[in-house]
Amino acid sequence: MKAVTRIHSRTAVLVDENIDTDRIIPARFLTTTERSGLGKYCFQDWRYTQDGGDNPDFPLNKPEARGCSILVAGRNFGCGSSREHAPWALLDYGIQAVLCSEIADIFRGNALKNGLLAIVLEEAEHHWLLKNPGIELSIDVREQAIELPDGGRIRFQLEAFARHCLLNGVDQLGFLLQQNNAITHYEQQQEKAA
Amino acid sequence: MSPRTLFEKIWDAHVVAAETPDTPSVLYIDLHLVHEVTSPQAFSELRQRGLKLRRPDRTLATLDHSTPTLPALANGERPYANDEAKAQVAQLEANCREFDVQLYGWDSSDRGIVHVIGPELGATQPGMTIVCGDSHTSTHGAFGALAFGIGTTEVGHVMATQCLLQRKPKTFAIHVDGKLPRGVGAKDLILHIIGHIGVDGGTGHVLEYRGAAIEALSMEERMTVCNMSIEAGARAGLIAPDETTFAWLKGRPRAPQGAAWDAAVQRWRALRSDEGAEYNREVHIDASQIRPTVTYGTHPGMAIAMDKPVPVARNAPEQRALDYMQAKPNQPMQGMSVDVVFIGSCTNSRLSDLREAANVMRGHRVADGVRVLVVPGSEAVRRDAEREGLHEVFLAAGAEWRIPGCSMCIAMNGDLAQPGQLVVSTSNRNFEGRQGKGARTVLASPATAAASAIAGAIADPREYLTEAAA
Repeated sequence: MKAVTRIHSRTAVLVDENIDTDRIIPARFLTTTERSGLGKYCFQDWRYTQDGGDNPDFPLNKPEARGCSILVAGRNFGCGSSREHAPWALLDYGIQAVLCSEIADIFRGNALKNGLLAIVLEEAEHHWLLKNPGIELSIDVREQAIELPDGGRIRFQLEAFARHCLLNGVDQLGFLLQQNNAITHYEQQQEKAA
Repeated sequence: MSPRTLFEKIWDAHVVAAETPDTPSVLYIDLHLVHEVTSPQAFSELRQRGLKLRRPDRTLATLDHSTPTLPALANGERPYANDEAKAQVAQLEANCREFDVQLYGWDSSDRGIVHVIGPELGATQPGMTIVCGDSHTSTHGAFGALAFGIGTTEVGHVMATQCLLQRKPKTFAIHVDGKLPRGVGAKDLILHIIGHIGVDGGTGHVLEYRGAAIEALSMEERMTVCNMSIEAGARAGLIAPDETTFAWLKGRPRAPQGAAWDAAVQRWRALRSDEGAEYNREVHIDASQIRPTVTYGTHPGMAIAMDKPVPVARNAPEQRALDYMQAKPNQPMQGMSVDVVFIGSCTNSRLSDLREAANVMRGHRVADGVRVLVVPGSEAVRRDAEREGLHEVFLAAGAEWRIPGCSMCIAMNGDLAQPGQLVVSTSNRNFEGRQGKGARTVLASPATAAASAIAGAIADPREYLTEAAA
């Protein structure tokens, strides 16, 4: 995983609540055995019209939303399936951070493990961002703060180990592999007890 | 020691290294279930790092998501939806050979949906931690196991270390008091619960279902309830094991045998929340007030008793959902015209579900123009159903009887509905496009699905239940 320390972008907004992982990437694209190149399927059935053209009603197709890497979405983003293809598709599409008042547990865990910042905000702050698309934000992972254009700051919580992994560009597996002795000890205790 | 909940007992017993402010707990995983869709990238990661599977003996694989539900052709070829699906299945077969994982594949008489075969084999046991790269892993909580879905990165973690890094979730008790009325089942109950607590009502929590109505449920019914815990956003759902659980598990191939069985049951009896144990949240539900329940919108929290009118949208997203469903406020769901009926999925594809549907369908014909797919959850379910002649009931009614798999629940194997078609489905998700681009899904019980197939419109199954069947 690449280190993620700061993300600077205008925001794109999807006001819909409960945007599920089937909407982020429909299941028919899950027959892949790769994790790369899934951006072309991101929001597939929302993004395109019947004839394959860009759907002008899809908010991320609007000129002002193009190139934005911070997505502000309605509450309970990422609900549904555990498919990690959802954060893979979003990242490949160009989204690097999702801001929301509530993010589904499995999606959030998957996102952070891939360097997609999934950030939960207070409702008032979230509501304000939903109402103000296109605002220029700078997300500072080390400080756990979002800097606003007027100099204001929104603080956010980030699980300590996820933050460590993001800042240092390391994944969790290395840490788990270092636990080998403790795991072996646990397994031996279990075998004795059985 | 202060009183603990069932969840806390299982959690505490699996902590390899305790959580610190800087690091989550290292949690040991007893059973890892694997399927073709969410595992290939994890196997690749292991290969790239030169790692082996730590515990192949605690890993079990099957083919279910991308697999066709039509039988093999005369030349032995499977009718895959596309070459990529075929390659994905071949990839899991190759990965299981390379990493020494037992695969319940095409040649196995036990193949089936991962959440159906785990319990059937007796691999799912009380007190275990169970994970799978699939959100409906919560199903196994019906046995008093802590079971939850994980992403592919975590699939790799479990393969390499048999452990996961986890922060402890909160607890949420769902007390279901009283007795379910006649003709109202586990699917109605869980849809009602999700409608009550909301599609995100369980986020960050492990649910424990308890109370008289839960204790009265069969194992299959408990699996239906726990299966849909994720549809309320919960990490997992749990039911304390009891005599019903032990009787169901006894003698299954992977369950302990002989003296080991007696010792296991002794241990499992302690898997109950202690008197006075505290939950972070609690809710009480009166089972006697629940009626046949269906969804009317585009997430499982949009659920109502089918004899109630479609609610008026409270905001723009709800209106959008109603528009997608072509559902009009204040109109009853009952009577809405149906194009396709799907009976199957890890929620409702077990023998009791098929019996429930067959009891309604017996002696009737599927309405003209309605396509009905019945997909058993496993080869074992298929065998048992055919032994009872249930397939003949379905075939005589005009339904299709398929071979096991996830099928139209996730619609990635070629079984899907056309844009605009209305599907009454016993599966777990009514998201936009879930059963095919533009398809509209109404979640329902097997009985409601069968009644709707006969009526050609969403119908109350209680009108079709004979005294004998009820």
